[in-house]
Amino acid sequence: MINLSLLTPEIIVLITALIVLILDLLPWRGRKVLLATVGVLGTVGALLITMGQWDLREEAFYGMVAIDNFSVYFKALFLIICTLTILLSINYITRGGIDLGEYYSLVLLATFGYMFMASGTDLITIFLALEILSLAVYILAGFMRHSPKSNESAFKYFLLGAFSSAFLLYGIANIYGVVGNTNLKDIAQYLSQEAALKNPLFLAGMGLLLVGFGFKVAIVPFHMWTPDVYEGSPTTVTAFMAVGTKAASFAAFLRVFFYTLEPLKGQWVPVLWLLAAVTIIFGNTVAIYQKNIKRMLAYSAIAHAGYILVAMVAGNDLGSSSILYYLLVYSLMNLGAFGVVIIVEKKEEENLTISDYRGLAYKHPMLSAAMSLFLLSLAGIPPTGGFVGKFYIFSAAVSGGYVGLAIIGVLGSAIALYYYLRIIVYMYMYDPEKEFLDGPVPFFSAAALVITAIGTILLGITPARILELAHYSISYLGH
Amino acid sequence: MIPISHYLTLGAIIFIIGSIGVLTRKNAIIILMSIELMLNGVNITLVAFSYHLADLTGQIFAIFVVAVAAGEAAVGLAIIIALFRCRATVNVDEIQLLKW
Repeated sequence: MINLSLLTPEIIVLITALIVLILDLLPWRGRKVLLATVGVLGTVGALLITMGQWDLREEAFYGMVAIDNFSVYFKALFLIICTLTILLSINYITRGGIDLGEYYSLVLLATFGYMFMASGTDLITIFLALEILSLAVYILAGFMRHSPKSNESAFKYFLLGAFSSAFLLYGIANIYGVVGNTNLKDIAQYLSQEAALKNPLFLAGMGLLLVGFGFKVAIVPFHMWTPDVYEGSPTTVTAFMAVGTKAASFAAFLRVFFYTLEPLKGQWVPVLWLLAAVTIIFGNTVAIYQKNIKRMLAYSAIAHAGYILVAMVAGNDLGSSSILYYLLVYSLMNLGAFGVVIIVEKKEEENLTISDYRGLAYKHPMLSAAMSLFLLSLAGIPPTGGFVGKFYIFSAAVSGGYVGLAIIGVLGSAIALYYYLRIIVYMYMYDPEKEFLDGPVPFFSAAALVITAIGTILLGITPARILELAHYSISYLGH
Repeated sequence: MIPISHYLTLGAIIFIIGSIGVLTRKNAIIILMSIELMLNGVNITLVAFSYHLADLTGQIFAIFVVAVAAGEAAVGLAIIIALFRCRATVNVDEIQLLKW
């Protein structure tokens, strides 16, 4: 069955993206805010419809797309990310001189791709979704056309991204050759035979898939692009891809490896164990040496991908639901931290080094309080959501018998504390030397910060409800 | 009748030539061409499997890959042109503003 009506949220996002493009042609000065409003309305509408699809468990397009709780959870997350990104962007892109209508359109198109990453149940769908989101984000990364850094980051992202998707594609081709189909269900069925588990062509395909996904979620050693791209892109785009692309790639990664390739656990768990350990150690250590705050947050994003891998390695009930929980917390706190960076940043790359935050607390106490909250949450200090997420991940690793990995994770978080606290020290312990903002904090950005801050605290105080939702989402994967 | 292993080997060789090109060439346009070569290596593999298995999925997939490669080439060339306008070079060794 095609069941087009099940894809209403995706279609709404797509149509909103096209409407934004058309409205941009209006000869009217105030249209930029109108574009953002239309974008937010579209995503919120899609979000409401997505929530109505909870517990639906249907398939569309002859089994190529699944509307299960797993995809509903992730789609809701992507739509929230998209809304917050648009809110944060309104003022920033005007200041940066890039307030073109295509911006919102591309953000919505990338969200469209994210949504199919979570719901695709066929390797063709997953590959197409990956390309849809990548092409949109490549352009967004280079959106500051006149800045050499932005161009360079788009260029690097594009070359390495296309390179890695070729590997992913070759992996899919090998799996197709062995199984004779690209549907995840058929692949899972094929793997239920004992002899299938030893097929070298299939194992090679799985390895290539791992490389492709590893690149997108930025785990060491496939992370080289991350710091450069995060530093050079417009900061709103950095925030968007640091949370959105990562969460979307993890969604597909989880569906393919947790559900379809589950019988091959013995092969991929040791590899992920090693990658998780290296990612956590490398990401956190290198982050210490960064002077640029976007670069530091990029290495911190690498380290966070490592924590999520720990939960993937643990693989038990708590581990799998803590991944979904952690991705939600991670998205909120990272968007919040980048949100403060976006507000404080000035034209010509000013206010982007960590020492620029000197004395921010004396000029903008609320802004620094919010930044401190997000950084403490990223570091994993109670009572924030980041603490609860890390707690669940590491306890899942311990109960799964991976004590060594849990220890590496905790040590990594301890290192991380240093570079997060350093910014707080700069904000509170030094006297301000300059004015940070040209005017008051922009309304829409402030609204986004308030939403992310409330979310971060609530997830830290009452985690049970969301954890239950996460558990319910992932335990029905593939049923 | 040419056995399937010949096609698969051809696909693999083209894929490897492409990846060596990406890793060793300095000109951005040639790197882009090498990526296209890799995708076409995959296409040969897909179509060969499809013929061997008498299943159409692989050929449909190959058409999708061609479409995606076209989109990728369009975006990639646009990015390279924007970069060239900004920096007047497409040599990847000279594009190194961002590094730690």
